[in-house]
Amino acid sequence: MPRFRAKPSSFIAPATVALVTALLIAIPFERSNGDTSGVISFLVSFLTFVAIYAIFTLGLNVQWGYSGVFNFGVLGFFMLGAYTAAIVTKEPASGSFTDYIGGFGGDLNLLPWLSSEQWLPHLVGLAAAAGVAGLVALLLSVTALRLRDDYLAIATIGVAEVLRRVVIEETWLVNGTRGLTGIPRPLGGLVGSTDYKYLLLAICGGFLVLTYFLIERAIRSPWGRVLMALREDEMATEASGKNVFAFKMQSFVMGAAIMGAGGAIYAYASSSLTPEVFTHFFATFLFWAMLILGGSGNNRGAIVGAYVLWGFWTITLQFQSYDLPDLLQTRMPYIRELVLGGLIVAVLLLRPAGLLPQRRQVSIWVERQLRRRPAAPAGSPTEGASSNR
Amino acid sequence: MILLFLIWAVIDRRDAVVIGVVEGSILALGAVGLTLVYGVLKFAHFAHGDSMMLSAYCAFLLLSGVVSGSRPGVDAEVLPITVSDLPGATTEVWKFSFGYGLLVAMALSALVTSGILVVLDRLVYRRLRQRKSGIVIFSIASLGLAIAIRSLVLMVWGPTPRKYTTTVRENIDLPFDITILADQLFILAAAITVTVLAYILLFRTKLGKAMRAMADNPELALISGIRTELVIALTWALAGGLVAVAGVLLALQAQLDPQLGFVLLLPLFAAAILGGVGNPQGAFFGGMIVGIVQAVVVTFDFLSPGYKFSVAFVILILILLIRPRGLFGARL
Amino acid sequence: MTGDGTAAILAVDNVTKSFGGLRAVDGCSLTVSEGSITGLIGPNGAGKTTLFNIVTGFLKPDSGRILFRDDRIDPLPPHQIFRQGVLRTFQIPRELKGMTVLENLMLVPPGQAGETVWNPWFFRSRVARQEEANFVKALEVLEFVELGHLRDEYAATLSGGQKKLLELARTLMCDARLILLDEPGAGVNRVLMKKLVADIERLRREIGITFFVIEHDMDLVAQLCDTVIVMSEGKTLAQGTLDEIKRDDRVLQAYLGGQYR
Repeated sequence: MPRFRAKPSSFIAPATVALVTALLIAIPFERSNGDTSGVISFLVSFLTFVAIYAIFTLGLNVQWGYSGVFNFGVLGFFMLGAYTAAIVTKEPASGSFTDYIGGFGGDLNLLPWLSSEQWLPHLVGLAAAAGVAGLVALLLSVTALRLRDDYLAIATIGVAEVLRRVVIEETWLVNGTRGLTGIPRPLGGLVGSTDYKYLLLAICGGFLVLTYFLIERAIRSPWGRVLMALREDEMATEASGKNVFAFKMQSFVMGAAIMGAGGAIYAYASSSLTPEVFTHFFATFLFWAMLILGGSGNNRGAIVGAYVLWGFWTITLQFQSYDLPDLLQTRMPYIRELVLGGLIVAVLLLRPAGLLPQRRQVSIWVERQLRRRPAAPAGSPTEGASSNR
Repeated sequence: MILLFLIWAVIDRRDAVVIGVVEGSILALGAVGLTLVYGVLKFAHFAHGDSMMLSAYCAFLLLSGVVSGSRPGVDAEVLPITVSDLPGATTEVWKFSFGYGLLVAMALSALVTSGILVVLDRLVYRRLRQRKSGIVIFSIASLGLAIAIRSLVLMVWGPTPRKYTTTVRENIDLPFDITILADQLFILAAAITVTVLAYILLFRTKLGKAMRAMADNPELALISGIRTELVIALTWALAGGLVAVAGVLLALQAQLDPQLGFVLLLPLFAAAILGGVGNPQGAFFGGMIVGIVQAVVVTFDFLSPGYKFSVAFVILILILLIRPRGLFGARL
Repeated sequence: MTGDGTAAILAVDNVTKSFGGLRAVDGCSLTVSEGSITGLIGPNGAGKTTLFNIVTGFLKPDSGRILFRDDRIDPLPPHQIFRQGVLRTFQIPRELKGMTVLENLMLVPPGQAGETVWNPWFFRSRVARQEEANFVKALEVLEFVELGHLRDEYAATLSGGQKKLLELARTLMCDARLILLDEPGAGVNRVLMKKLVADIERLRREIGITFFVIEHDMDLVAQLCDTVIVMSEGKTLAQGTLDEIKRDDRVLQAYLGGQYR
C-alpha cells in the first residue's frame, strides 16, 4: 500500500508546477512576439479562473478527500450557485427574449454609504448561492447519503442532469438556452474597465484564500479527524461512538455550500451564464481530475491540482493557434479530453496520493503538542522509516 | 403502482409503449451487462454507456471501413477489406434496412469489445484489486476510462452523428393495430434472443454458477477453488458481448452519436438498480420499465421531450427511497 | 442465571437474528455479571460475533431484547450504545489505516468540543485545551499497551498483534463499563498475550470494567475468565466456570468433542 509508505519523491510536485508555469509564460510570450502586457493580462485571467476552479476542488476535497463522500454532481451545485447569484444580483427581467425570475439587484442597495450597490447585492447573492446549494445537499443527503457510496454518486449525477435539463427547458426560470448576460460585476463601477481584471483577480483570489483558511481550520481539528476516520472505516468510526451519518451530512452540505459559493464567484467573474458551459465533463469531471491529480485529502494539493490542470488546459488551447497539421488541429479538443481521462487512471494507478499527499497529523493541535514533546523513546522508527514493516 | 401505470399506458399510449418496449429491450441488454459487472466486481461501472457507444462505432468501422479524415466533414477509408465486401452482405434482407453484414459486424464487434474490456481489466482494475482499493476508486477509474473512450471515438469518427444505412425504413403492420418499423422488430427479437442466451449461460452452466457464487461471496468463492481472476475475465467478456449487441441495436434504433454513452448512463443505472443490483432478470425488467416509462412520459403535454432521460433519474430516486434493494431483490 | 448472585450488567433475552434462511442467532439468552470477565466460546459459526454485533447495535435483532443495566439498548444506534459505556473491539482489527496511531486514539473521547464545525473556527482555546488533555490521555494509554514508540506511525504499518493492542487501547480512551473483546488473543504472540491478560485483569481490578470475551484459545480463556458461556448453533448451551463447562456432556459433544480434540 504505497499510500502509507508515503514520503513520495518530493520533487515531482514542484517540477510539475514549474514546468506548467514556464509554458504558461513562454507560449503566450512567443505567440504575442514579446508583448509583455499581453502576457500579463493572459496570466491574470488564467489565475482568476484557477482561483475560481480551486474553490470547487476545495469543496470537493471536503466531501471526497476528507470524508469519502462520493459526489459526482459538482455540476448541480455549481449551477445552483451560479444561477442563484445571477438572479439575485441582476435587475428584474425586461424586454423581449429575456425571461427569468428574481432580479433583486436594485432592491439590495440597502446601505446608503460606501457605494453599497457595488458589493452588497453580491454578498447577498454569494450567501444565497451557498445557502441554496447547501439546502439541496441537505435534502439529497436525507435520501441518498445512507445508501452505498456509489448510489450517492449516481444520485448526484442524476440531480445535476435534471437541474441542467430544467435550466435548458424552463425558459421562464433563467432564460433557457439564451442564457443570462450582464450580471453586474462586484465593485465594477469603481475601477476602469482595463484595470478591472486585477481587481477581479484580487476578489477571486481573496475568496479562495478565505475558503482555504476556513476549511483548513475546520479540517485540522477533531471535526476533521472524525471525517477522516469515517473515510477510512465507517464501522470503526461508529464503534468509536461517532454518529457517522451526521458527520457525513455535515461534510456533504459544507462541500456543496462551498461549490455554490464558487458558482456565485464564477457568475460574477464571467458576467454571463449559458447552459452550454455547464456540461458534466467541464463542471464535474474536470474538478475531480484536478483533485485526484493534486492530492485528495490535502487542501493545498487541491489548489495545486487546479493550477496544473487548468494550466495544461490553457496551454493546449494555445497550441491550437500554431500551424499544426490538419489531422491534429481538428482533434485538439479530443486529445485534451483523452489526456484528462488517461490522467485520472494513471494517477490512480501510479501515484494514488496525488502530487501533494495528505498530512500525517490531522489536528493542528496534535502537531503542536508533538513539536513540544518530540522525544519518542530511543531506537524507535520515526517518520517514513517504517516501510520495512 | 408501476403495473397500473403500464396497464394504463398500454391502453392509452400504445404507440409510445411500442417504442418504449424497443428502447427498453436495448436498455435491458445494457443493464444486464452492467448488473453482472456490478454483482461480480462490486463497483459501479461508469464506462458502461461509453463501451456501448464504442462497440456501435466498432461495428460501423467493420461495416464501412470509414473514419474521419484529416479535415472535418471529409471521411477516409482505412480498412482494406470490410464486412460489406462479403458477397451480398449489404443486400437488404426481408423488410429490414440492412443485410446480413450487420449481423456479422455485430458479432465481430462483440468479440472486439469483449477483448477491450478484458484488457482494460488487466491493465487497470486488476491492479486496483491487487492493491485492495475501495470500490469508489474503481468507479473513478471507470469514469476516467469513460472519458478516454468518448474522446477516442470523437478523435476517430468526429462529432457528427452517423448511420449504418441510409435506406428508407419500412413499416410493418402487426395485429392489434400496431405499426412498427421492421428494424425495430429485429431489435426486439435480437435483444430477447441474446438475453435468453445470457440467461442460459448464467443459470445453466458451470461458469454461470461460478459467477453467481462470486457475486454472492467472493472470499468463499476463492476458498472453494473458483479461479476468481478467470471468472472476472469471463464476466467482462460476457458483459462486453452484451454491451456490443446493445450498442449496435441502439445505433440501429437511433444513430451513432459520441454523446450517447453518457446519456445512457442514468437509464442504465436506473434499470440495474430498479431490478436489484446483481440480478440479471431484474435488470432486464428494469430496463423494460425504464424504457417504457421514458417513452410514455415524453408524450405528456406538460413535459418537454428534453426531460426524457431525467425520467430515469426520477424513477431511480423513487426506488432508492422506497426499496433500495430494487424491485426484484439483489441477487445473482 | 447469574452464577454468583451479583447484578447483571448485560442481559441478552431471547434474541434471534437470521440472514436469509440461516438463523445465526436463534433464541439466545445469557447474562454477564458486573465486574466479571466472562468468556464466550463455541465452534465456528455458532453466532458469537453476530451476537456481539447485535449487542453493540451494528445489527438489529429480529426479535428479543438486550438490556444494559436494566435499560433496553437494542433499539439504539451504535454510537449511542457506545455512550452508555458499552465498547467493542473487532475480530479483524479495524484500525484507521491512513491516520497515525496517536490520532486513532484521540478520535475516541466522546463529546469533543472540536467536533462541531464552528468551535475550531471561533473557539480555538477551548478546543486546544481539550486536545491537550486528550493528547496526554492518549500517550498514557499508549504507554499502557506499550505502543508509545509507534505513536506517529500510520496505523496501517502496525503488525497484526500491535493492531490488536491498538483495538484494546481504543476502548481505554473513555470511561467504559463493559468491553466486548472479539478474539483478543488471535495473532498475538505469547509475550504479548501474557501482557494482555495482565492488562485486562488490572483494568477490571482498578477501574471495575466488565469484560465479555470471545476467544478460541482455551489457555487464554482459562487464565482470564471466571465465567464461561458456550454458544452453539445460535443458542446458549451452558454457562459456568471452565471446569464445569468441561464436564458438561452437551458441550463436549457440540464443541470439545468435535473439532477441538
